[in-house]
Amino acid sequence: MMRHDFTGLWVYLSASPLLGLTLTLLAYLGAWQLHRRAGGHPLVNPVLLAVLALIGVLWLTDTDYQTYFDGAQFVHFLLGPATVALAIPLYAQLQRLRTMAIPLGVTLLVGAATAIVVAWTIGALLGASEVSLISLAPKSVTTPIAMAVVEALGGLPSLTAALVIMTGIFGAMVAQGLFRLIGTDDPAVQGFAIGLAAHGIGTARAFQIGPQAGAFAALAMASNGLVTALLTPWLLPWLSRWFA
Amino acid sequence: MLNAITVLLVFQLAGEVLARGLGLPLPGPVLGMALLLLALILRGGPGPGLQNTANGLLGHLSLLFVPAGTGIMLHADRLASEWPALLAALVLSTLAALAVSALVLSALQRRKRSRP
Repeated sequence: MMRHDFTGLWVYLSASPLLGLTLTLLAYLGAWQLHRRAGGHPLVNPVLLAVLALIGVLWLTDTDYQTYFDGAQFVHFLLGPATVALAIPLYAQLQRLRTMAIPLGVTLLVGAATAIVVAWTIGALLGASEVSLISLAPKSVTTPIAMAVVEALGGLPSLTAALVIMTGIFGAMVAQGLFRLIGTDDPAVQGFAIGLAAHGIGTARAFQIGPQAGAFAALAMASNGLVTALLTPWLLPWLSRWFA
Repeated sequence: MLNAITVLLVFQLAGEVLARGLGLPLPGPVLGMALLLLALILRGGPGPGLQNTANGLLGHLSLLFVPAGTGIMLHADRLASEWPALLAALVLSTLAALAVSALVLSALQRRKRSRP
Protein backbone atom coordinates (compact mmCIF):
# COMPACT_ATOMS: atom_id res chain seq x y z
CA MET A 1 0.00 0.00 0.00
CA MET A 2 2.81 2.40 1.00
CA ARG A 3 4.69 1.49 -2.13
CA HIS A 4 1.64 2.11 -4.26
CA ASP A 5 1.13 5.57 -2.71
CA PHE A 6 4.73 6.46 -3.33
CA THR A 7 4.59 5.39 -6.98
CA GLY A 8 1.43 7.44 -7.44
CA LEU A 9 3.05 10.46 -5.86
CA TRP A 10 6.14 10.04 -8.04
CA VAL A 11 4.06 9.80 -11.22
CA TYR A 12 2.21 12.97 -10.21
CA LEU A 13 5.34 14.94 -9.27
CA SER A 14 7.42 13.90 -12.26
CA ALA A 15 4.69 15.23 -14.56
CA SER A 16 4.61 18.67 -12.89
CA PRO A 17 7.18 21.44 -13.34
CA LEU A 18 7.46 21.86 -9.56
CA LEU A 19 10.05 19.11 -9.13
CA GLY A 20 12.52 20.27 -11.81
CA LEU A 21 12.30 23.87 -10.60
CA THR A 22 12.73 23.01 -6.92
CA LEU A 23 15.61 20.61 -7.62
CA THR A 24 17.42 23.33 -9.60
CA LEU A 25 17.15 25.82 -6.74
CA LEU A 26 18.13 23.24 -4.09
CA ALA A 27 21.14 22.07 -6.11
CA TYR A 28 22.25 25.67 -6.65
CA LEU A 29 21.78 26.70 -3.00
CA GLY A 30 23.78 23.67 -1.87
CA ALA A 31 26.52 24.46 -4.42
CA TRP A 32 26.50 28.12 -3.32
CA GLN A 33 26.95 27.10 0.35
CA LEU A 34 30.00 24.99 -0.60
CA HIS A 35 31.32 27.86 -2.72
CA ARG A 36 30.95 30.26 0.23
CA ARG A 37 32.50 27.85 2.68
CA ALA A 38 35.49 27.56 0.34
CA GLY A 39 35.90 31.33 0.70
CA GLY A 40 34.49 31.99 -2.78
CA HIS A 41 37.40 30.14 -4.39
CA PRO A 42 37.01 30.12 -8.22
CA LEU A 43 37.81 26.39 -8.49
CA VAL A 44 34.73 25.56 -6.35
CA ASN A 45 32.45 26.77 -9.14
CA PRO A 46 28.74 26.83 -8.19
CA VAL A 47 27.49 26.13 -11.75
CA LEU A 48 29.71 23.05 -12.05
CA LEU A 49 28.71 21.67 -8.64
CA ALA A 50 24.98 22.25 -9.22
CA VAL A 51 25.13 20.68 -12.71
CA LEU A 52 26.97 17.60 -11.42
CA ALA A 53 24.48 17.17 -8.55
CA LEU A 54 21.51 17.48 -10.92
CA ILE A 55 22.94 15.04 -13.47
CA GLY A 56 23.50 12.61 -10.59
CA VAL A 57 19.89 12.92 -9.37
CA LEU A 58 18.43 12.61 -12.88
CA TRP A 59 20.56 9.55 -13.56
CA LEU A 60 19.64 7.86 -10.27
CA THR A 61 15.92 8.50 -10.77
CA ASP A 62 16.07 7.60 -14.48
CA THR A 63 14.56 10.98 -15.44
CA ASP A 64 15.22 12.33 -18.93
CA TYR A 65 16.52 15.85 -19.51
CA GLN A 66 13.36 17.07 -21.25
CA THR A 67 11.20 16.16 -18.23
CA TYR A 68 13.62 18.02 -15.95
CA PHE A 69 13.77 21.03 -18.28
CA ASP A 70 9.97 21.38 -18.32
CA GLY A 71 10.36 22.62 -14.74
CA ALA A 72 13.80 24.22 -14.95
CA GLN A 73 12.81 26.37 -17.93
CA PHE A 74 11.37 28.97 -15.54
CA VAL A 75 14.89 29.62 -14.22
CA HIS A 76 16.30 29.39 -17.75
CA PHE A 77 13.83 32.04 -18.95
CA LEU A 78 15.28 34.62 -16.52
CA LEU A 79 18.53 34.63 -18.55
CA GLY A 80 16.81 36.98 -21.02
CA PRO A 81 15.82 39.75 -18.58
CA ALA A 82 19.13 39.27 -16.70
CA THR A 83 21.05 39.90 -19.95
CA VAL A 84 19.03 43.09 -20.52
CA ALA A 85 19.78 44.12 -16.90
CA LEU A 86 23.53 44.08 -17.68
CA ALA A 87 22.93 47.54 -19.19
CA ILE A 88 22.78 48.94 -15.65
CA PRO A 89 26.36 48.05 -14.52
CA LEU A 90 27.53 49.01 -18.02
CA TYR A 91 26.00 52.46 -17.63
CA ALA A 92 27.88 52.91 -14.33
CA GLN A 93 31.21 52.33 -16.17
CA LEU A 94 30.41 54.51 -19.17
CA GLN A 95 33.09 57.15 -18.44
CA ARG A 96 35.91 54.60 -18.36
CA LEU A 97 34.50 52.66 -21.35
CA ARG A 98 34.59 55.81 -23.48
CA THR A 99 38.24 56.53 -22.74
CA MET A 100 39.20 52.91 -23.57
CA ALA A 101 37.13 52.47 -26.74
CA ILE A 102 40.00 51.86 -29.20
CA PRO A 103 42.09 49.49 -27.00
CA LEU A 104 38.89 47.56 -26.23
CA GLY A 105 38.03 47.24 -29.94
CA VAL A 106 41.49 45.98 -30.88
CA THR A 107 41.56 43.51 -27.98
CA LEU A 108 38.14 42.24 -28.98
CA LEU A 109 39.22 41.37 -32.53
CA VAL A 110 42.50 39.74 -31.45
CA GLY A 111 40.91 37.82 -28.56
CA ALA A 112 37.94 36.56 -30.59
CA ALA A 113 40.20 35.33 -33.42
CA THR A 114 42.57 33.65 -30.92
CA ALA A 115 39.71 31.68 -29.34
CA ILE A 116 38.48 30.36 -32.70
CA VAL A 117 41.86 29.64 -34.34
CA VAL A 118 43.47 27.95 -31.33
CA ALA A 119 40.38 25.78 -30.70
CA TRP A 120 40.30 24.60 -34.34
CA THR A 121 44.06 24.04 -34.55
CA ILE A 122 44.37 21.94 -31.39
CA GLY A 123 41.17 20.00 -32.15
CA ALA A 124 42.26 19.25 -35.73
CA LEU A 125 45.77 18.20 -34.69
CA LEU A 126 44.29 15.76 -32.16
CA GLY A 127 41.92 14.27 -34.73
CA ALA A 128 38.49 15.67 -33.84
CA SER A 129 35.88 15.27 -36.60
CA GLU A 130 35.01 18.29 -38.77
CA VAL A 131 31.46 18.39 -37.35
CA SER A 132 32.86 18.60 -33.83
CA LEU A 133 35.37 21.27 -34.85
CA ILE A 134 32.63 23.45 -36.36
CA SER A 135 30.54 22.95 -33.22
CA LEU A 136 33.53 23.94 -31.07
CA ALA A 137 34.71 27.05 -32.95
CA PRO A 138 32.39 29.75 -31.48
CA LYS A 139 32.35 28.26 -27.95
CA SER A 140 33.52 31.48 -26.25
CA VAL A 141 30.25 33.33 -26.90
CA THR A 142 26.86 33.15 -25.28
CA THR A 143 24.78 30.03 -26.12
CA PRO A 144 22.09 31.51 -28.44
CA ILE A 145 24.68 33.20 -30.69
CA ALA A 146 27.04 30.20 -30.73
CA MET A 147 24.18 27.84 -31.58
CA ALA A 148 22.92 30.05 -34.42
CA VAL A 149 26.43 30.35 -35.90
CA VAL A 150 27.01 26.59 -35.74
CA GLU A 151 23.63 25.77 -37.22
CA ALA A 152 24.34 27.97 -40.26
CA LEU A 153 27.74 26.28 -40.75
CA GLY A 154 26.50 22.69 -40.51
CA GLY A 155 27.63 21.76 -36.99
CA LEU A 156 25.61 20.33 -34.10
CA PRO A 157 23.97 23.19 -32.14
CA SER A 158 23.16 21.06 -29.10
CA LEU A 159 26.78 19.88 -28.84
CA THR A 160 27.77 23.55 -29.09
CA ALA A 161 25.50 24.36 -26.13
CA ALA A 162 27.36 21.77 -24.02
CA LEU A 163 30.80 23.03 -25.14
CA VAL A 164 29.81 26.67 -24.52
CA ILE A 165 28.77 25.87 -20.95
CA MET A 166 31.97 23.86 -20.33
CA THR A 167 34.05 26.78 -21.67
CA GLY A 168 32.24 29.23 -19.37
CA ILE A 169 32.75 27.06 -16.30
CA PHE A 170 36.41 26.39 -17.13
CA GLY A 171 37.13 30.07 -17.88
CA ALA A 172 35.50 31.17 -14.62
CA MET A 173 37.56 28.61 -12.71
CA VAL A 174 41.01 29.41 -14.10
CA ALA A 175 40.90 33.11 -15.06
CA GLN A 176 42.08 34.63 -11.79
CA GLY A 177 44.96 32.14 -11.41
CA LEU A 178 46.06 32.92 -14.96
CA PHE A 179 45.87 36.70 -14.33
CA ARG A 180 48.10 36.33 -11.27
CA LEU A 181 50.56 34.35 -13.39
CA ILE A 182 50.81 37.00 -16.15
CA GLY A 183 50.56 39.93 -13.73
CA THR A 184 47.24 41.46 -14.79
CA ASP A 185 45.74 43.34 -11.83
CA ASP A 186 43.43 45.96 -13.39
CA PRO A 187 39.84 44.78 -12.72
CA ALA A 188 38.67 46.37 -15.99
CA VAL A 189 41.20 44.31 -17.99
CA GLN A 190 40.41 41.14 -16.00
CA GLY A 191 36.68 41.56 -16.52
CA PHE A 192 37.02 42.25 -20.24
CA ALA A 193 39.19 39.14 -20.78
CA ILE A 194 36.80 36.90 -18.79
CA GLY A 195 33.69 38.16 -20.60
CA LEU A 196 35.39 37.76 -23.98
CA ALA A 197 36.67 34.21 -23.39
CA ALA A 198 33.95 32.81 -21.10
CA HIS A 199 30.69 34.73 -21.85
CA GLY A 200 27.92 34.84 -19.21
CA ILE A 201 29.33 32.29 -16.76
CA GLY A 202 32.61 34.23 -16.83
CA THR A 203 30.64 37.45 -16.37
CA ALA A 204 28.93 36.00 -13.30
CA ARG A 205 32.39 35.26 -11.88
CA ALA A 206 33.63 38.75 -12.83
CA PHE A 207 30.88 40.33 -10.71
CA GLN A 208 32.43 38.51 -7.74
CA ILE A 209 35.73 40.32 -8.43
CA GLY A 210 33.78 43.60 -8.34
CA PRO A 211 31.23 45.78 -10.16
CA GLN A 212 33.84 47.24 -12.54
CA ALA A 213 35.11 43.82 -13.61
CA GLY A 214 31.48 42.73 -14.02
CA ALA A 215 30.59 45.67 -16.25
CA PHE A 216 33.62 45.17 -18.49
CA ALA A 217 32.84 41.45 -18.71
CA ALA A 218 29.26 42.25 -19.78
CA LEU A 219 30.57 44.58 -22.48
CA ALA A 220 33.08 42.00 -23.75
CA MET A 221 30.45 39.24 -23.75
CA ALA A 222 27.99 41.30 -25.79
CA SER A 223 30.51 42.62 -28.30
CA ASN A 224 32.27 39.27 -28.73
CA GLY A 225 28.86 37.79 -29.55
CA LEU A 226 28.66 40.12 -32.53
CA VAL A 227 32.33 39.76 -33.58
CA THR A 228 32.34 35.94 -33.37
CA ALA A 229 29.05 35.73 -35.30
CA LEU A 230 30.67 37.72 -38.13
CA LEU A 231 34.20 36.26 -37.88
CA THR A 232 33.50 32.50 -37.64
CA PRO A 233 31.89 31.96 -41.09
CA TRP A 234 34.79 33.88 -42.59
CA LEU A 235 37.62 32.08 -40.71
CA LEU A 236 36.40 28.47 -40.91
CA PRO A 237 36.87 27.88 -44.66
CA TRP A 238 40.49 29.00 -44.22
CA LEU A 239 41.08 26.74 -41.22
CA SER A 240 39.30 23.86 -42.90
CA ARG A 241 41.55 24.07 -45.99
CA TRP A 242 44.65 24.47 -43.87
CA PHE A 243 44.09 21.27 -41.91
CA ALA A 244 42.45 19.22 -44.68
CA MET B 1 9.96 45.71 -8.56
CA LEU B 2 7.02 45.04 -10.87
CA ASN B 3 7.84 48.19 -12.84
CA ALA B 4 11.48 47.17 -13.15
CA ILE B 5 10.67 43.62 -14.34
CA THR B 6 8.28 45.10 -16.90
CA VAL B 7 10.96 47.51 -18.15
CA LEU B 8 13.43 44.62 -18.59
CA LEU B 9 10.87 42.46 -20.43
CA VAL B 10 9.78 45.35 -22.68
CA PHE B 11 13.40 45.97 -23.70
CA GLN B 12 13.97 42.25 -24.26
CA LEU B 13 10.87 42.14 -26.45
CA ALA B 14 12.01 45.22 -28.38
CA GLY B 15 15.42 43.60 -28.89
CA GLU B 16 13.79 40.38 -30.06
CA VAL B 17 11.54 42.22 -32.55
CA LEU B 18 14.46 44.28 -33.87
CA ALA B 19 16.77 41.27 -34.23
CA ARG B 20 14.19 39.21 -36.13
CA GLY B 21 12.88 42.14 -38.14
CA LEU B 22 16.30 43.22 -39.39
CA GLY B 23 17.75 39.70 -39.54
CA LEU B 24 20.66 40.66 -37.25
CA PRO B 25 23.08 37.93 -36.04
CA LEU B 26 22.50 38.89 -32.37
CA PRO B 27 20.06 37.40 -29.84
CA GLY B 28 17.16 39.61 -28.73
CA PRO B 29 18.30 40.00 -25.09
CA VAL B 30 21.75 41.30 -26.17
CA LEU B 31 20.11 43.92 -28.42
CA GLY B 32 17.69 44.66 -25.57
CA MET B 33 20.69 45.37 -23.35
CA ALA B 34 22.08 47.82 -25.94
CA LEU B 35 18.68 49.54 -26.22
CA LEU B 36 18.37 49.84 -22.43
CA LEU B 37 21.90 51.27 -22.22
CA LEU B 38 20.90 53.87 -24.81
CA ALA B 39 17.74 54.70 -22.84
CA LEU B 40 19.78 55.06 -19.62
CA ILE B 41 22.18 57.47 -21.35
CA LEU B 42 19.28 59.56 -22.65
CA ARG B 43 17.51 59.48 -19.28
CA GLY B 44 20.59 60.01 -17.09
CA GLY B 45 20.73 56.72 -15.23
CA PRO B 46 18.46 54.05 -13.69
CA GLY B 47 16.00 54.78 -10.88
CA PRO B 48 16.40 52.95 -7.53
CA GLY B 49 13.77 50.32 -8.43
CA LEU B 50 15.54 49.24 -11.62
CA GLN B 51 18.91 49.38 -9.85
CA ASN B 52 17.70 47.05 -7.05
CA THR B 53 16.04 44.57 -9.40
CA ALA B 54 19.16 44.44 -11.59
CA ASN B 55 21.33 43.82 -8.52
CA GLY B 56 18.99 41.03 -7.44
CA LEU B 57 19.00 39.31 -10.86
CA LEU B 58 22.74 39.70 -11.41
CA GLY B 59 23.68 38.72 -7.84
CA HIS B 60 22.91 35.10 -8.72
CA LEU B 61 23.58 35.15 -12.44
CA SER B 62 25.30 31.74 -12.11
CA LEU B 63 22.01 30.08 -11.13
CA LEU B 64 20.47 30.94 -14.49
CA PHE B 65 23.04 28.79 -16.37
CA VAL B 66 22.32 25.64 -14.37
CA PRO B 67 19.35 24.28 -16.46
CA ALA B 68 21.27 24.69 -19.74
CA GLY B 69 24.43 23.29 -18.12
CA THR B 70 22.61 20.13 -17.07
CA GLY B 71 21.95 19.58 -20.81
CA ILE B 72 25.59 18.45 -21.10
CA MET B 73 24.23 14.99 -20.16
CA LEU B 74 22.67 14.74 -23.63
CA HIS B 75 26.14 14.74 -25.20
CA ALA B 76 27.84 12.19 -23.02
CA ASP B 77 28.32 9.87 -26.04
CA ARG B 78 30.10 12.25 -28.39
CA LEU B 79 32.03 13.83 -25.56
CA ALA B 80 33.16 10.36 -24.53
CA SER B 81 34.31 9.28 -28.00
CA GLU B 82 36.15 12.50 -28.87
CA TRP B 83 36.86 13.84 -25.43
CA PRO B 84 40.68 14.09 -25.51
CA ALA B 85 40.66 16.28 -28.64
CA LEU B 86 37.63 18.39 -27.67
CA LEU B 87 38.74 18.88 -24.08
CA ALA B 88 42.32 19.81 -25.01
CA ALA B 89 41.06 22.25 -27.67
CA LEU B 90 38.56 23.79 -25.25
CA VAL B 91 41.05 24.15 -22.38
CA LEU B 92 43.96 25.52 -24.41
CA SER B 93 41.89 27.91 -26.54
CA THR B 94 40.14 29.34 -23.47
CA LEU B 95 43.49 29.87 -21.71
CA ALA B 96 44.91 31.45 -24.89
CA ALA B 97 41.91 33.76 -25.34
CA LEU B 98 42.08 34.88 -21.68
CA ALA B 99 45.85 35.49 -21.73
CA VAL B 100 45.98 37.17 -25.15
CA SER B 101 43.05 39.50 -24.34
CA ALA B 102 44.47 40.48 -20.94
CA LEU B 103 48.00 41.06 -22.30
CA VAL B 104 46.88 43.01 -25.40
CA LEU B 105 44.54 45.26 -23.42
CA SER B 106 47.16 45.92 -20.70
CA ALA B 107 49.81 46.74 -23.31
CA LEU B 108 47.50 49.13 -25.20
CA GLN B 109 46.55 50.83 -21.92
CA ARG B 110 50.18 51.32 -20.94
CA ARG B 111 51.04 52.77 -24.35
CA LYS B 112 48.18 55.20 -24.07
CA ARG B 113 49.19 56.32 -20.59
CA SER B 114 52.86 56.81 -21.53
CA ARG B 115 51.91 59.17 -24.37
CA PRO B 116 51.68 62.88 -23.41
